[in-house]
Amino acid sequence: MNEVPLEHILIVSTALFFIGMYGLFTRRNMITMLMSVELMLNSVNINFVAFNKYLYPEHLDGIFFSLFIITIAAAEAAVAIAIIINLYRSHRSIDVDDAAEMKF
Amino acid sequence: MMLNNMLSLLRQELVLSVLIFLLLFIKLGKDRSQASLSVIVNIALLINLLAGLWNMGEGELFSGMFHTNATIVFEKSILNLAVLLISMQSYSWLKSHDQVIEFYLLLFTSLLGMQFMISSGNMLMFYLGLEMSTIPLAAAANFDLTNRRSSEAAMKLIISSAFASGILLMGISFIYGTTGTLLFDALPSKLTGNPLQMFAFILFISGFAFKISAVPFHLWTADVYEGAPVAVTSFLSVVSKGAVIFVFVSVLYKVFQPLSHAWYLIISVLSVATILVGNLFALRQDNLKRFLAFSSIAQVGFILIGILSGDHQGAVSVIYFILIYVFSNLAAFGVISLVSALTGKEQITDYKHFYKTNPLLAWVLTIALFSLAGVPPTAGFFGKFFLLTAGASKGNYLLIAVAALNMVISFFYYLKVVKAMFMDENETPIEKLEIPAVSKLALYICVAGIILVGLASVVYEHINSLSI
Repeated sequence: MNEVPLEHILIVSTALFFIGMYGLFTRRNMITMLMSVELMLNSVNINFVAFNKYLYPEHLDGIFFSLFIITIAAAEAAVAIAIIINLYRSHRSIDVDDAAEMKF
Repeated sequence: MMLNNMLSLLRQELVLSVLIFLLLFIKLGKDRSQASLSVIVNIALLINLLAGLWNMGEGELFSGMFHTNATIVFEKSILNLAVLLISMQSYSWLKSHDQVIEFYLLLFTSLLGMQFMISSGNMLMFYLGLEMSTIPLAAAANFDLTNRRSSEAAMKLIISSAFASGILLMGISFIYGTTGTLLFDALPSKLTGNPLQMFAFILFISGFAFKISAVPFHLWTADVYEGAPVAVTSFLSVVSKGAVIFVFVSVLYKVFQPLSHAWYLIISVLSVATILVGNLFALRQDNLKRFLAFSSIAQVGFILIGILSGDHQGAVSVIYFILIYVFSNLAAFGVISLVSALTGKEQITDYKHFYKTNPLLAWVLTIALFSLAGVPPTAGFFGKFFLLTAGASKGNYLLIAVAALNMVISFFYYLKVVKAMFMDENETPIEKLEIPAVSKLALYICVAGIILVGLASVVYEHINSLSI
């Protein structure tokens, strides 16, 4: 079976990264924004695993790095959702445009 | 032998970890009076600070993940000192609060993350430290649970910092892809400056610029500083920023030395933009916390100019400036936090005729603002002077001239606050405040620091003697 070349994987991960960035900038719902950030972090995971497997298979640096990213992303999401829930209690909305008291 | 080594090299982190676990156990037990708890925590912080001054060991642990030397210990001691001062200043705010233990837990976890970040010798360790320092801070920014602005600030902080770490990670992943290593020691010899590496490097610097809030990555700063409780704001603006700048200096000087021609250009553009935008926006603020947020953005611009020099002189001037910045910014925030805790007032117009009723606080705030602006007898002048001298060593005099001119602009808005306190008439000034002894002591330490660090050359010579 032919292996998938590294370039293809990098194209996928880069596309995923910028889709995440686009989502973060255009979406107004906080949960969706959080999902977009997770998408960016996951594209980094793909990068690390692919580089590790294709270019430097003798050490497992990249794979371990992606394991830690998954863990930290979970912690980050937990805190972010707690904050969003608390914000919902006072604002009755999770739209970022409603949470814009402070400007300039 | 191994254990001994670990105990002496990791002593600052170990004291903090023990403190965190101790607080968790106290939390499990029966309720204790908040005031006695604050005293206990402050004493423990003092022990932690002293732990840094004793036995300057050098070495590395966990196969290069963690390394330490006299400079790193000194940088950690600066952060410990800042946290001790913040904890003393927030005494009157915490006294009325139910969740004192949670507040300290979040702050100490964040501080622990920063210490690991400063000591990191590997990209993985660096990233873990960075996240460990950011995530608890977002929770701490939401500490006033019922305050709308507090939750808004926390939301802005967590989403923008998650975005920043995403960008930073993308940079790290490409650096790993092009070099095959994550160790700081092994990286410089493998950096060639090919296009993918440059792309990775720009992503990496953007992530950093987010954390130190350099323009154009500063948009979250003012909102978060305004919305968060004052104690958290002072932590964010002093400790968190200081820690990231320490790492920034060592990463740029050691790891990315082969790319110094590239970062010289990037940092010079960033520094000019940061100083200009920070100053111009500070002019139009009337909330004191927001005002100090933009002033701290401008200060970061000056620090970036010091970083430009790229040699030992630059690193020394940056560490020296951060030490001064700790004292001057915490003196200003100390006064604001007292006034905000006791009266809830944070606008500049509220401070009109402040001198009449609270001469001590007015003088402390004045000295702090003079030091931030860089008026000669205070330490702020010497800090800025050394930063600009270090930046000028590369011969980019136009940049230095722009920075020096911006110091003149900054005089206007710093003195505007001083004028409001001393000269403006006001029928209902802030009433005379009862200052707790602990907070008063913290303010005295800050003022003593502002005056002595500049005049006593021992401090600068000590930093100068450290190997960076």
